[in-house]
Amino acid sequence: MSRQELDARRLLCPMPVIKTQNQVAEMLPGDEIEVICTDPGALNDIPAWARINGHTVIETVQDEDEIRITVRVGA
Amino acid sequence: MTKQHKAVALISGGLDSMLAVRVLQEQGIEVEGINFFTGFCVEGHTHAIRNHDKDKQKRNNALWVAEQLGIKLHIVDVIEEYKDVLLNPKHGYGANMNPCLDCKIFMVGKAVEWVKKLHKDGFDFIVTGEVIGQRPMSQRKHTMPIISEESGADDILLRPLCAKNLPETKPEREGWVDREKLYDFHGRNRKPQIALAKQFGLHDFASPAGGCCFLTDKSYSDKLVDLWQARNSREYELDDIMLLKVGRHIRPTEEFKLIIARDAGESKFLEGYRKQYTSIHALSHSGPMALVDGELKQEQYPLAAAIVARFGQGRSADEVEIDIATPDQQRLQIKTAPLNAEEVLQEWYV
Repeated sequence: MSRQELDARRLLCPMPVIKTQNQVAEMLPGDEIEVICTDPGALNDIPAWARINGHTVIETVQDEDEIRITVRVGA
Repeated sequence: MTKQHKAVALISGGLDSMLAVRVLQEQGIEVEGINFFTGFCVEGHTHAIRNHDKDKQKRNNALWVAEQLGIKLHIVDVIEEYKDVLLNPKHGYGANMNPCLDCKIFMVGKAVEWVKKLHKDGFDFIVTGEVIGQRPMSQRKHTMPIISEESGADDILLRPLCAKNLPETKPEREGWVDREKLYDFHGRNRKPQIALAKQFGLHDFASPAGGCCFLTDKSYSDKLVDLWQARNSREYELDDIMLLKVGRHIRPTEEFKLIIARDAGESKFLEGYRKQYTSIHALSHSGPMALVDGELKQEQYPLAAAIVARFGQGRSADEVEIDIATPDQQRLQIKTAPLNAEEVLQEWYV
């Protein structure tokens, strides 16, 4: 199992979703990716993208400036 | 056992593509969605920036539609390739800078490429929510065959909402879908779509076709043309076209333009660009963040400062202290009297 990080700071949706999607395409089921973004739209879009594509959001941490969303890659 | 036929549908996030997919799902077709991001898409992020839109749902409509339909969605970044569509549209522009027909040909063509290159044999045909007469430029009776032909999709492009008004396509001919259960919608009247949505139990959907692209918007197109004229070049980067969606754009001289935030949300957004653009904001009073696009010469600092001062809380003050910071964070403070309302000329507004 690998854990990767994706810097999507300052990108506006849907770019954080596209970057996540493209990186996840290279990963294996069970791997985890932590996406760091600043667009609050990601709070809706990344979980929605994960749900429809069979991945799971396992943690969301939001502070004043950044949002960190960790996704476990599905089968 | 009969083969399970699969289609890939172009999903804009609007009602028509949503209905087109539902119609096929009713016929047992397995559908996945594809959505193209050109950089000009009107999406949740535009609302996310501004304060007064904070209560609006910050959802991506294409993702939302896919979830409602229970289909996978592939979002494809076409920002670079789209430049050629916008800059050199073979079929020209619509009322504004919208190259709708070339855009549709491009997107269907990308879907064909996606199916052929990446998913060989996985998908049997391509679906769009197009309706004859729905859009003045791209969705007309004579443009439908042009899109099929020039995109390379030919007879594997099915438009379930108006298929009965068009020649039979391969999915119909081969019996993968029942033509009789497709529709014959035409014209700008939205009632048939609304009725069909109701029939499918769909009550929440995004506004009609055309509303998903900034290029159909006059004010946005004006700003884009102004940018090209000022730079004497039609080259653009994603940041350029994103910034056209934000703030007041004021061009007091040919050399530079100020992008002035309209609220705290936009100020915060523009702050993210301070390492790329010269930025201006008031120190002595609260006020908006402003970015400079173009070349701001030292002798123009007072004018730029006085304009930015006009849009802050110090607009009635005798003097406002303004901070000007270059991208490499060289900073200069200027004390200036704000311009009054009449001094900010109407023709400066882009």
